[in-house]
Amino acid sequence: MSIQVRNIRKTFGNFVALNDVSLDFPTGELVALLGPSGCGKTTLLRVIAGLEQADAGQVLLDGADASGTHVRERQVGFVFQHYALFRHMNVFDNVAFGMRMKPRDQRPSEKAIRAKVEELLALVQLEWLADRFPAQLSGGQRQRIALARALAVEPRVLLLDEPFGALDAKVRKELRRWLRKLHDELHITSIFVTHDQEEALEVADRVVLMDRGHVEQIGTPEEVYRQPATPFVYGFLGSVNFFHGRVDGSNLRVGEDVLPHAPQDFDTGSEVIAFARPHELDLVPDAHADTGVAARITRILAFGVTVRVELDGLNGATGQHFEVELTQQCVTELALAEGQTVRLLPSRLKVFQRNDAIGASA
Amino acid sequence: MSAATTLNWTAAPRGDAAVRYESREATREVPWVKWTILGISLTFFAVFLLLPLVAVFVEALRKGWETYWSALIHEDALWAIKLTLTAAAISVPLNLVFGVCAAWAIAKFEFRGKHLLITLIDLPFSVSPVIAGLIYVLIFGAQGWLGPWLAEHDIRIIFAVPGIVLATVFVTFPFVARELIPLMQAQGREEEEAAIVLGANGWQTFWYVTLPNIKWGLLYGVILCNARAMGEFGAVSVVSGHIRGQTNTLPLHVEILYNEYQFAAAFAVASLLALLALVTLAVKTWVEHRASGGSQSREAHQDAAS
Repeated sequence: MSIQVRNIRKTFGNFVALNDVSLDFPTGELVALLGPSGCGKTTLLRVIAGLEQADAGQVLLDGADASGTHVRERQVGFVFQHYALFRHMNVFDNVAFGMRMKPRDQRPSEKAIRAKVEELLALVQLEWLADRFPAQLSGGQRQRIALARALAVEPRVLLLDEPFGALDAKVRKELRRWLRKLHDELHITSIFVTHDQEEALEVADRVVLMDRGHVEQIGTPEEVYRQPATPFVYGFLGSVNFFHGRVDGSNLRVGEDVLPHAPQDFDTGSEVIAFARPHELDLVPDAHADTGVAARITRILAFGVTVRVELDGLNGATGQHFEVELTQQCVTELALAEGQTVRLLPSRLKVFQRNDAIGASA
Repeated sequence: MSAATTLNWTAAPRGDAAVRYESREATREVPWVKWTILGISLTFFAVFLLLPLVAVFVEALRKGWETYWSALIHEDALWAIKLTLTAAAISVPLNLVFGVCAAWAIAKFEFRGKHLLITLIDLPFSVSPVIAGLIYVLIFGAQGWLGPWLAEHDIRIIFAVPGIVLATVFVTFPFVARELIPLMQAQGREEEEAAIVLGANGWQTFWYVTLPNIKWGLLYGVILCNARAMGEFGAVSVVSGHIRGQTNTLPLHVEILYNEYQFAAAFAVASLLALLALVTLAVKTWVEHRASGGSQSREAHQDAAS
């Protein structure tokens, strides 16, 4: 089932949680709502589920306005951040709950319920836990039971609020892969909320980036990572280095230093902010080179496949910290040492107008 | 009495912490400190709690079982028992319903005047029971606000059973609510939301999700509420009028017998109330054990699982 959200606005007192948000969730896709805490992603999910009433705007489920439809009639599956399993019921009764609550004329027979619960427990690979109580399960098991319980009522959409938020790193990774696999089997329209960019990029078909109540960018994981539309998106997806500068012809002036770059869209003299990922920066050992931003190496972290070099800016970038990723070979060839002064030279630079940048990162 | 709800022995940190503390040289206290403190508390306990309790039963049985028994099956005593049970049977369910409603409203909804409501629930604890009784006399009494109107319609509240019930309801007001509010606040709304999303209606949500989660706290509150309802003296004394065989509850009956120098009979009836207190304590301990024991054994399982 498709979900459309039109001009949703929601405030809590003076706090604007959602500011005129419009989105399209096509049938069968797994979409991630990604953003920092307080960006409104959970509120949006709860509005779609009907657990929260929007101040203005519409939620369309399968093209029909659902604003007047009660939560229990929306046929959504909702997996809560802390699972919200019924603590006094065992796993079997938890999963069976939705079916048992149906009006008498729609309720399946106890035998049918048993079969369905067993099928779902097999789906989440936890058949052997049917008699346990939630408190006796590990976090990952609870998460999967919560999912089985949500699927029991055959929802038209599946909504997951920070599904892996409370799990440790190893279980997170396993469950991520497992959720992706499950979605590929069931093909149910699903939306999950997360603040973890790696999780969103790895699991979702499509990522919606949100910040302070509005949508910053929508796209496939590759699109949003390769072509960030705003400084916020650039900064949120992965580590980033930035330079405050002024456009000067085909160059970018950062204080007294010059970065060779051709920012075609900008007039000379306009204030800009330029981003480069750690692997998009090169180091020039010659401190007196004509181009590049001067910086001093503070630390070289040589474990792992790549070497991470941390630097403090000098001259025009005083007070700023930079992070550069190089290969082992490169570090050896350049004979880099801690305390050495070098020049930072970006191989790729993404430039944004300064005003926007300040607005978005304030 | 109000302290009873805040003292929660089983909720205290586990006993083995004390054992560990004791067994270590570095943290151990010198013996005389330990024995002095222990001595003071045990002496206090013996003189102020145990001795009176024993005295009640000794005095009650001083003139033998026959006198004891006859005091209990005396017409007026039986009536007092019946009235006490009636007052409790009306006020406890009333406060059960009120307590659940108030706790639900406070824990699950946001509204103006929430803090005022929380404060008001505690009013019966903070105000003297005599004043509680007096309030009803001022409202419903012959010279009170509604007195003339009630007299006209031949409705008797003060110096009658309704007044006793009203006073009892007032003083036992907070027990259930106070017990449930922190419990429900701690549990939050997620499970109820989960139930609604899964298609349960309001009643199903309450019956299958909310109630099972609060049942031990609710039972605990009801037990305390019941104990107070049966034992209340001050407020009931003011509105009752002490009419034998009509408006005398058990505590009032004890007072009357005592004032008439029927000591054995007075203590016999008092022993009934003391027994009630002991039974209440036993049930309360059992409920606490069930409530905490259940969760502890589950925690143990969880530790083993993770």
